[in-house]
Amino acid sequence: MNPSTRFTPGRAATYALLVLAALFFLVPIYLLLATALKSPDAISLTTTWHWPAALNWASFEEAWAKIGGNMGNSLFLAVVATVLAALMGSINGYALAKWKFRGANTLFALMLFGMFIPYQAVLIPLFQFIKSLGLYGSIWGLILAHVVYGLPITTLIFRNFYADVPDALVEAATIDGAGFWAIYRKVIFPISIPGFVVVVIWEFTQVWNEFLFAATLTNTSSQPVTYALSQLAGGQAVSWNLPMAGAILAALPTLLVYILLGRYFVRGLLAGSVKG
Amino acid sequence: MRGLSRDRLWSIAVLLPSVILLGVFVYGFIGRTVYVSLTDWGNDPAQALATNPVIQWVGLANYQELFSGFLQGRFRQEMVSTIFFTLFFILGCLGLGLGLAMILDRNPKGEGLWRTIFLFPMSLSFIVTGTIWRWMLQPQGGVNQIPTVVGGEPSTFGWLSSTESIWKFDWNKLPLLTAVVVAVVLGVLALRALRAAQRTRALVAGLCALMLLAWSLFVGPNLKLLAAPELHGFNLALIGIIIAAVWQMSGYTMALYLAGLRGIPEEIREAAKVDGATDAQMYRRVIFPLLAPITLSAMIILGHISLKIFDLVYAMSGPDNTFTSVPALNMYLTSFRQNQFALGAAIGTILLLLVAFVIVPYLTSAFRTEESH
Repeated sequence: MNPSTRFTPGRAATYALLVLAALFFLVPIYLLLATALKSPDAISLTTTWHWPAALNWASFEEAWAKIGGNMGNSLFLAVVATVLAALMGSINGYALAKWKFRGANTLFALMLFGMFIPYQAVLIPLFQFIKSLGLYGSIWGLILAHVVYGLPITTLIFRNFYADVPDALVEAATIDGAGFWAIYRKVIFPISIPGFVVVVIWEFTQVWNEFLFAATLTNTSSQPVTYALSQLAGGQAVSWNLPMAGAILAALPTLLVYILLGRYFVRGLLAGSVKG
Repeated sequence: MRGLSRDRLWSIAVLLPSVILLGVFVYGFIGRTVYVSLTDWGNDPAQALATNPVIQWVGLANYQELFSGFLQGRFRQEMVSTIFFTLFFILGCLGLGLGLAMILDRNPKGEGLWRTIFLFPMSLSFIVTGTIWRWMLQPQGGVNQIPTVVGGEPSTFGWLSSTESIWKFDWNKLPLLTAVVVAVVLGVLALRALRAAQRTRALVAGLCALMLLAWSLFVGPNLKLLAAPELHGFNLALIGIIIAAVWQMSGYTMALYLAGLRGIPEEIREAAKVDGATDAQMYRRVIFPLLAPITLSAMIILGHISLKIFDLVYAMSGPDNTFTSVPALNMYLTSFRQNQFALGAAIGTILLLLVAFVIVPYLTSAFRTEESH
């Protein structure tokens, strides 16, 4: 065993700090669960920290009745937008990493800028454009926006991923007479699974969690869950068990993705800082 | 693989749709926003949603209105708020993230579990985070009830409802303050260029700094944006929102720093130990300098997130609390609630300029170094 794993005052301090930090991150979750499981008449501000005497699961049913449809919208939106953005990003990344042409880096930097712009700076023309296509209030308008503004990050992740694929592999395939598409199909795509996992997780989470487009481009029938939750939680008369249950429901899909595939989530996170 | 072979044409052809889409949705739309911001579209409510609205070119009038108009005090407070928010949000995330990464770097048992705990808020939506923390920060509940657990009196701090502010300054001094800050930055740049023996750069930066200083000595103090003094400062209600934002995003800096720490070769640490460095010295002299590039890139990513944050504010204190509002939220309300599209476009443009100020040098330097490899 490594000597540093022996118990010393330094080690004790390490664990004490870890527990303290973990409390900061987990206490809101305790309160979230406790409130969601209380019956409305058991909720009062002075007893916020008490664990409910009797568990009341009805809040979840009620919250589901209110935002379940929006969860469906979000799921459809996130799946379709993610698949499209991932496929386009994969082809883009392949072209940029393996068929470098003059100015490819400049072009890529110009594309990347789209990842950082505040969407407020394009929102009005975007709204007009979606409206002029007749897609305002339809989930397809939202999908279009998410695919386009998702392209920079999916291209970035795939470009960095393919940069690590040895050029010799591509050259060997060229000598065998394979062209652009044959190389993609037979060499690049089959080894892209880890890249796709990272991109899909990242993009799915981003689209699911987005709020500004959701609030601007949709109407009641097509609103994703983030918007529905903000409406549910914003009301004054509502008892707090309902928004808390709603928050749990809205958080569950991305939380599950993170818990099950955390490693890839972190990889996407690190790729987001441009240099992966 | 030289020349315009078939494959090379394909590689350009497959990029074309994305390039066109991004060209329109990013650059085209930005251009359109800037154009709209120079018109009066929506300033007359009757014309805002007309099928063929009468739109007139008004030049910079909307910007002038935002920075010095009688009705736009809210926007000016938001500009100040967003600067304070960004400052404390970045400091909080960097400090907490670095601390957590340093602890995890000591290889505690169950490292994976700790990491999972520190990072999970990242996977949540700002709306979810905001909903949870809004409940945590209720005036008579949540955090304010914590003292009662150990028998104390409940705290009465108005986390999201406070209307007090500190560090107030007169908006009329803004040009002056900006000029002084920019002059100082330019001065530092000039000194550094001088030390690196880049004479032209030192001369240009130094001269600009001197001109700005002269301006702020002789012209700046007499400049008045507003007829009367207008005080803006750091609203205390923002503290709660900053805590929630740090809760959500500090896992990100932890992941960045941890990757950085793990990337430092063991030999370097050992060499420092052999040279007799204590732990503290090793961190200060060896490890922190190596982490500097990570800090810079984290600051840039967090800075751009912070400047455009609005969903967290929307979920925590609602869209109508002017004391916690930020320009990104104001843009949404101005454009899509009041239909004042030109004014909204002007706010959007200002936000873009703030973000571009941070991002463009970063992207340029990232790709210049890569190009030279």
